[in-house]
Amino acid sequence: MAEFTLPKNSKVQKGKKYPAKADAKNVRTFRIYRWDPDDSANPRMDEYEIDLAACGPMVLDALIKIKNEVDSTLTFRRSCREGICGSCAMNIDGTNTLACTKAIGECKGDVKIHPLPSMPVVKDLVPDMTHFYAQYASIKPWIRTQSTPLPDQERLQSKEDRSKLDGLYECILCACCSTACPSYWWNSDRYLGPAILLQAYRWIADSRDEDTGARLDDLEDPFKLYRCHTIMNCARTCPKGLNPAKAIAEIKQLMVARQS
Amino acid sequence: MSETITPESARPLSPHIQIYRWQIQMVTSILHRATGVALAVGSIMVCALLLALAAGPYPYEAVRGFCGSGLGLFLLLGWTWSLCYHLLNGIRHLLHDAGMGFGIAQFIRAGWISVIGSFVLTALIWACVFARGGVA
Repeated sequence: MAEFTLPKNSKVQKGKKYPAKADAKNVRTFRIYRWDPDDSANPRMDEYEIDLAACGPMVLDALIKIKNEVDSTLTFRRSCREGICGSCAMNIDGTNTLACTKAIGECKGDVKIHPLPSMPVVKDLVPDMTHFYAQYASIKPWIRTQSTPLPDQERLQSKEDRSKLDGLYECILCACCSTACPSYWWNSDRYLGPAILLQAYRWIADSRDEDTGARLDDLEDPFKLYRCHTIMNCARTCPKGLNPAKAIAEIKQLMVARQS
Repeated sequence: MSETITPESARPLSPHIQIYRWQIQMVTSILHRATGVALAVGSIMVCALLLALAAGPYPYEAVRGFCGSGLGLFLLLGWTWSLCYHLLNGIRHLLHDAGMGFGIAQFIRAGWISVIGSFVLTALIWACVFARGGVA
């Protein structure tokens, strides 16, 4: 069911303010979601004034600067800083994206940063991804075959068949799309969500995979697949420019096609 | 026995609709739901009108009078718009289900067409109603 309010322990309160140094030239305020598992307090929004004259251009640069110079307790995931690992996925300025590829200059007003929406929070900007990964495992994301491969040959694929995976294989499983989806906010216990469905389609579309029927059987479910109402928040927020909504529509069309 | 508090159960839920930026595609989706509910309620009004018609001239006159009142007109206008929006947006979703219009720019444009089109259609219908001498 749609829940428009947060549980009592999740309501966000006003937090601390960390003003900029007196000699700061170009000050921008970052409002960041904080929650510490080691005290019993509710989440809060802390305000950090940062001098952009002494900071890199990306939101991740500002987060690292805060952690290094202002408040070492600020917790977030990051790794590659070039949009390929998906670790620093978070809600910035109201939409989900990667902190490393989002320029501070693209944000309007104060830069507001929350963890990925509607997820259990481990600490600050770190959501618990256990369920998301379990859903990924549930679609068996590997090539499943019936035929015996020739002993001296790999499973080959034509250029045309390979090109069918373009727009699918690039997904880095950052979960920006799934956690942007209102259906996923309210039905993630049973709905697989855009990221996992795009991955499911990536194997359905693979010419080397021989288990399409079983894959479609697994998805033929009022919740797993059909909670997608084509809202399109997924495609609009994907930091890699992919289109999960379209992949899901392709699956739905295959479902119809195999009935006739 | 009270429930044991584990690190997992103590975790807060991160904010979602409270903080997500409202964009056209989210608005058209929620409006589709809302107008669907409004139309379901509106069908009670249609039933009331038919029942009144069957019950004779006096009950029918009463329902007709209500429709012509300020509140009645307001509700009818709302239901007309709900019907127009639900219809146009429904057609849009049929096209999407057929695999069309998944480019982001196209999708946004189609959303706006549903919203603006619903107002245009409502205005046309009511222009016809008043040209024919109003509701009552």
